[in-house]
Amino acid sequence: MSILSVKDLTYVYSQGTPFEHTAVDKLSFEIERGDFIGIIGHTGSGKSTLVQMLNGLIKPTSGAVYLDNINIWDKPKEIRKIRFKVGLVFQYPEYQLFEETVEKDIAFGPTNIGLNEKEIKERVLQAAKFVDLNPELLVKSPFDLSGGEKRRAAIAGVIAMDPDILILDEPCAGLDPLGRDILLSQIYSYHKERGNTVLLVSHSMEDVGTVCDKVMVMNRSRLEMFDTAQRVFSQGERLQKLGLRIPQITSVIDELIDAGFPLKRGTLTVEQAVEDITEYLKREGRL
Amino acid sequence: MNFISVQNVTFKYDSQDETEGKLVLNDISFEVKKGAFVALLGHNGSGKSTVAKHLNAMLTPTSGKVYIDGMDTSDDKLTYDIRRRVGLVLQNPDNQIVASIVEEDVAFGPENLGIPSDEIRRRVDEALKAVDMYDHRLKAPYKLSGGQKQRVAIAGIIAMQPDCIVLDEPTAMLDPKGREEVLYTIHKLNKEQGITVVMITHYMEEAVTADRVYVMDNGRMLTSGTPQEVFSQVELMKKHRLDVPQATELCHKLRACGVELDRLPLDREECTSMLKEVLLR
Repeated sequence: MSILSVKDLTYVYSQGTPFEHTAVDKLSFEIERGDFIGIIGHTGSGKSTLVQMLNGLIKPTSGAVYLDNINIWDKPKEIRKIRFKVGLVFQYPEYQLFEETVEKDIAFGPTNIGLNEKEIKERVLQAAKFVDLNPELLVKSPFDLSGGEKRRAAIAGVIAMDPDILILDEPCAGLDPLGRDILLSQIYSYHKERGNTVLLVSHSMEDVGTVCDKVMVMNRSRLEMFDTAQRVFSQGERLQKLGLRIPQITSVIDELIDAGFPLKRGTLTVEQAVEDITEYLKREGRL
Repeated sequence: MNFISVQNVTFKYDSQDETEGKLVLNDISFEVKKGAFVALLGHNGSGKSTVAKHLNAMLTPTSGKVYIDGMDTSDDKLTYDIRRRVGLVLQNPDNQIVASIVEEDVAFGPENLGIPSDEIRRRVDEALKAVDMYDHRLKAPYKLSGGQKQRVAIAGIIAMQPDCIVLDEPTAMLDPKGREEVLYTIHKLNKEQGITVVMITHYMEEAVTADRVYVMDNGRMLTSGTPQEVFSQVELMKKHRLDVPQATELCHKLRACGVELDRLPLDREECTSMLKEVLLR
């Protein structure tokens, strides 16, 4: 059963003015419970507008978003509840840290849900653990943390609300390889443990290829492709035309396939590639 | 001849507590030849950006010396000359664009240098052509893509005719196509105009295109060399949780499984041709 679906979803900025711009154009898709989905697309393709509609931050110009088969705008006064179920982590979320301590900042969401003090405390500790934030940092001011720590603290604030659906808009932008690695693996293990649904907007094809099961490709306000990561990244030429690329490892294996070697198209990780190549060599009796 | 010479530079911020004693830069030395293209790698907090700020005298060493084309950056009288020679491009293009029309933005630097207006016109046109943004000269910057905006920011630097540009993660906020456009532009400026380039990046695929790579860790220079030399040290890079290109990692792991490879490739083409040989052998 789909947990989240959209039908003919459209968003037009500055409608009726000379600056009118359709950012999302008649999107329809369904997301299954427990999916880990990557959303890729060139700058300005409509990714951020789309995710802001999914948690009711902006209201579609036309079309609808269904959460558990209920239109989220059926009762506009209750839209806040939707935001507790669909947690959205913005680009550069650390700019939104504002409290005196990291602990208070992470507690902001759970407090607003109306949990009691004990529950809030528990949620905060759990969220901090999930993003691998040292508990000693909780008493510090968020502004004393390093860039990567700030980012993880901000994400913990959303995770503390324990949303069924977690949406992250370019969570790794501006982080170094180490910060990227830690953050991605934390999000991934949180997903595995909790079985929640995750949507990850990213410009890094390598990141998407490593963690996502399915991939949504946006192009000029429309949904161009939505399929398993393997099938999407098997179409290198098509992605190239959309201003996107495939992970380096995928293109290496693609070229070997084109040269006649029996490997798997849409290979997404170095580990997989190593396994396939050594297996082939062993079969041929050369290793 | 060395255009940049960094000699035993140590740096800490004035505000830092004496007892804290952590140095942002700890005995850094390196030299960059005129016309070279070097990449600077390292984690956030490793001191890369602090090095970049030393190269145009935004910061001066606590001890040690930085010379730009023979000029000592610690000499206040030379600061202005040094900044005319070394232009700095930052990560976020939106923070660097000041005007509401592309060509006016590019003209901002030369205007401030007090250059005659017909000379400014000529420089702006040339700079925009150099970054392939001439056709967009009359547009509003907010209508451009990230990669286009970053190229406008680079044109603004080029119009001041520096000998060297220092770029601090110029592609971090761009999509894959934008990243390629900007990288291509930087290489073009390096080759065609002989501009010395120092580029800080987190993308290993970009670093492999440099002549030399410097890797920083915790305020020190961890290793340096040609991309081939640096990225062949997969274990060292991994130990410091730095990336290597996927193509390099693949061959490194295959080697560990007993596949015979005489060296490690740096990019896709090299990797594929090496593996074809191995598979056919």
